[in-house]
Amino acid sequence: MLEVEGIYLEVGDFRLGEADLEVGEGEYFVLLGPSGSGKSLFLEVLAGLRRPDRGRISWKGEDVTRLPPEERGFSLLYQDYALFPHMTVEENIAYGPRAGGLSRADARRAARRAADLAGASHLLRRMPGTLSGGEKQRVALARALAPRPALVLLDEPLSALDWGRRRELRRELRDLHGATGTTFLHVTHDPEEALYLADRIGVMLRGRLRGAGRAEEIFRNPPDPEVGAFLGMRNLLPAAFLREGYCLVGEKEVAAASAAPGLTHVWIKPEDVLLSLEAFPSSARNQFEGRVADWEPAGPLLAVKVDLGGFSLAALVTRRSFEELGIGRGRRVFCTFKSSAVVTVGGAGGEARKARGGKGLPGEIS
Amino acid sequence: MKERGPGPSAFHLLFTVLGSILVLFVLAPLGGMFLATSLGELGRAAADEAVTAALVLSLSAGLAATLVTTLFGVPLAWILARKEFRGKSLLSALVDLPMVVPHTAAGIALLSVFGRETWAGRILGSLGLGFTGTFLGITAAMAFVSLPFLVNAAREGFSAVPERLEKAARSLGASPWRVFRTVSLPLAKRSILAGMIMMWGRGISEFGAVVIIAYHPMTATVLIAERFNDYGLAYARSAAVLLLLAAVALFLLLRVLSGKEVPGGGGRARG
Repeated sequence: MLEVEGIYLEVGDFRLGEADLEVGEGEYFVLLGPSGSGKSLFLEVLAGLRRPDRGRISWKGEDVTRLPPEERGFSLLYQDYALFPHMTVEENIAYGPRAGGLSRADARRAARRAADLAGASHLLRRMPGTLSGGEKQRVALARALAPRPALVLLDEPLSALDWGRRRELRRELRDLHGATGTTFLHVTHDPEEALYLADRIGVMLRGRLRGAGRAEEIFRNPPDPEVGAFLGMRNLLPAAFLREGYCLVGEKEVAAASAAPGLTHVWIKPEDVLLSLEAFPSSARNQFEGRVADWEPAGPLLAVKVDLGGFSLAALVTRRSFEELGIGRGRRVFCTFKSSAVVTVGGAGGEARKARGGKGLPGEIS
Repeated sequence: MKERGPGPSAFHLLFTVLGSILVLFVLAPLGGMFLATSLGELGRAAADEAVTAALVLSLSAGLAATLVTTLFGVPLAWILARKEFRGKSLLSALVDLPMVVPHTAAGIALLSVFGRETWAGRILGSLGLGFTGTFLGITAAMAFVSLPFLVNAAREGFSAVPERLEKAARSLGASPWRVFRTVSLPLAKRSILAGMIMMWGRGISEFGAVVIIAYHPMTATVLIAERFNDYGLAYARSAAVLLLLAAVALFLLLRVLSGKEVPGGGGRARG
């Protein structure tokens, strides 16, 4: 297990920490945060490339805070891949095993194994300068895995790729993690990526780690509204407790199964909001009339923003139903969602929900 | 000239003329010197043992200065490129200092540390190493005035290597020494080599500092000055042309080495 206790570091005006974190062996942990939140710095501290001002890092109970990077057994994979431009792909991948003391032949075998795993076998003789983004990514992954690290640190490994490649390699990252059983600590600014990959998620904002937990838990029940806002959660709305089962959102009464005293926000996931032209009888307890204000692409879907008077709500629709509904600005529509789809933030709601076993992964949106 | 505008403007014309005058200023004396020297004169100079000895001394002392400086200058360049510390700008100014020190003054300065009557000079002397009027002294004079070329070129070479490459290598299990040997040095090699050649060329051409420390044995520059003083222009010219040819050869070597920027390094593709 990786244990981070009270890591603190000042770099110029920026302060990292204090950060506490535990990552279990074999876990896929994603550290989520906007750019400039200190995630990359945190990774470099873990890798041993920067010494923290204070705090402790241990791996399997052994204090590694003062160990140089080469003795930690943590591979770091950078966003720009940092492939050695003067070496072939094979020499790149064999670099770690060679540095670890393997003979040339053994290092080459280790490199070929890692290249197989990462789908880079066909690239071995190429020079890095001739590779595409996706190919570089595979090579960088193979290189990071070749020395059989205890922990792989991935710094925004997918953000230099286009959308299609990103999805493809995202899946392979997950498979690779499964196949190697190695612990992955992956840093990203993309909540969707985190949701897709992570066993557990930690959120970092302005140098501070703001809670960590099971992926769906963090999304369902963000530790605080700022985290919620960052997670790109559309429809995170200020709310007040009204009475058992109900809360007040923008002066409208909203049925919320988990409403409890002290709640400060509700999150109505856009994919849970149904859009229709007519009111219709439904078991869903919330149905509001409003007018279309705007829309924007959200992956392959569209997020339609509806003004309900007092607050607005985004609903995800396919492009096809967008056309069928004949949506235009000012169009009168109805928004319908279940009371159980209203996630409450703050108060006892989250706890109550957990106790009832409220689960359900928001799922792969795209 | 890539611009295909509506004919050359007056502005463009003026700058071309001004620039050309400067180029002529470089080209005319050098070309003139070549043309004024007959092949026979050149052959006689090349056969003159004093001339060839002076040329060999200049080239070898310059090379020795370069090699020794590389040993110390490359680590210094790496530190200047990679580390942040207090007094760093002072240190890099210090490295540049020999470029502005008048070269005769540099010779005097070296003599006042390593001359016969100084303690450093006596230590050298007890080791059987003379400074004044020796190969060692000439080498030191050349090194002093030309080391900024090497250190600055190497520093730029190291700066151009992305630090992330070094960091990634460390995280893959390589020691700092191994990272330097396998990543930083190979990637900065070309710049370092260019710096070495520039330094060598600059060392060969040194006169001021050398003449203070050693009139004899005679380097090519000292020989040229002496012949000019004693016998006049025509006599000095053939030796000057030979020295110039040696310098130009080095300069061409530099251009070839630094011009071969093949991305990915060409022939290494076969594993």
